[in-house]
Amino acid sequence: MSVIRIPPTLREDTGGEREVIAEGDTVRDLLDDLRTRFPTIDAKLEYANVYVGGEDIRTRDGFETTVTPGDTVILLPAMAGGS
Amino acid sequence: MATSSETPTISLREAADLLGGDALFLDVREQGEWDLGHVPDAVHIPLGLMEDRVADELPDREREVVVYCAHGRRSLAALATLRALGYERSRHLTDGFEEWEKSGFPVVVPSTLEPDQRRRYSRHLLIPELGEAGQRRLLEARVLLIGAGGLGSPASLYLAAAGIGTLGIVDDDVVDESNLQRQIAHSTHRLGDPKVESARDTLTALNPDVKVKAFNERLSSENIDRILAEGWDVIVDGADNFPTRYLVNDASVWHGIPVVHGSIYRFDGQATVFQPGAGPCYRCLFPTPPPPELAPSCAEGGVLGVLPGVIGSLQANEAIKLVAGIGDPLVGRLLLFDALSATFTEVALRRDPDCPVCGEHPTVTEYIDYAEFCAAR
Repeated sequence: MSVIRIPPTLREDTGGEREVIAEGDTVRDLLDDLRTRFPTIDAKLEYANVYVGGEDIRTRDGFETTVTPGDTVILLPAMAGGS
Repeated sequence: MATSSETPTISLREAADLLGGDALFLDVREQGEWDLGHVPDAVHIPLGLMEDRVADELPDREREVVVYCAHGRRSLAALATLRALGYERSRHLTDGFEEWEKSGFPVVVPSTLEPDQRRRYSRHLLIPELGEAGQRRLLEARVLLIGAGGLGSPASLYLAAAGIGTLGIVDDDVVDESNLQRQIAHSTHRLGDPKVESARDTLTALNPDVKVKAFNERLSSENIDRILAEGWDVIVDGADNFPTRYLVNDASVWHGIPVVHGSIYRFDGQATVFQPGAGPCYRCLFPTPPPPELAPSCAEGGVLGVLPGVIGSLQANEAIKLVAGIGDPLVGRLLLFDALSATFTEVALRRDPDCPVCGEHPTVTEYIDYAEFCAAR
């Protein structure tokens, strides 16, 4: 069980939730759990970077990166706003 | 009258005892060495200019002269010139200025700041990490701001206040009522005016030392090389759309200019520094923009007015550090700020060897004008 932090641009897909508790031992399992519960988030996840323990999963084991209970998973889609 | 057989050398201690008396200290080092510090009340004539200038600067040939350089070699040559010209009471400081300074004898550093600048920047001058040398670097620096909006307003105000000598601002927008809840470089009486002009007036009123170069145009593949060719030390990216973000990134990699990146949305902001060669670029993070239908609509999203104040100030902080060469810039680190929980989180950013722009085999080699899909107006 881990906390997934939902960025503001994806919160409309989670009913406004800022954090979601998800089940799974790997990033893939956690995100699958997230998709199952919030189906509209699926397409946007493709364009989000994922961080576990402050590290980009691309520099670890990608979606197979293991997540230990208590880890915080951060989703980070590109944000352009500056105005 | 002294004769040339008199010992022509003088020790540090003996020379120090002459300070404040009739003896004249003559510094024969180069300008850059003199500027970093010299003996109090010394006269400066670089060795190569001795024969031209010494008669004007030292009309009294009977006066006692202590000539010095950094290590005692140039002063020995200068001594020969002085004696040949009839300055019989000249001696040279064999240990040189470096030993003088190391031994703790008095040194003055000439100021290149005007008295009003010394007052204006006094709180910078008091910080050892900045001091006068750091302030001079700020005054000589050129920082380009992309956008004079939410992020550009606080960033440019703090950069101007800090005395960044030249600020470029690129924006083609005009001041709108809906901007004033957060864009603090503009005022109600400037509604309808070009933002670059409104910002220039605000910034030069705050600090007349600052030259503002206004680019009242929208950044595009057509004008970006012309604007960057004017020479900038740092780019502060406060753009409000993906096409400009990618243009700025690709141009900064090709021109080798660090970008201080900031972005904001509702209660969330982020900041990092993309320094070409030293860390990742924006495309290492996000190789391509998201498709329009999945990109958040900035105009509909809204933003807490104070949020760009936090993120834009962080950007100014990073720009000042880069210019002054102090501290640890946010290279390879993305700082996330959540205004609601009042927390900062940091994640690591790594360079992607497969990055389409800064990677080993780049696939993007010319500017791409992505379609506009997020006009936050």
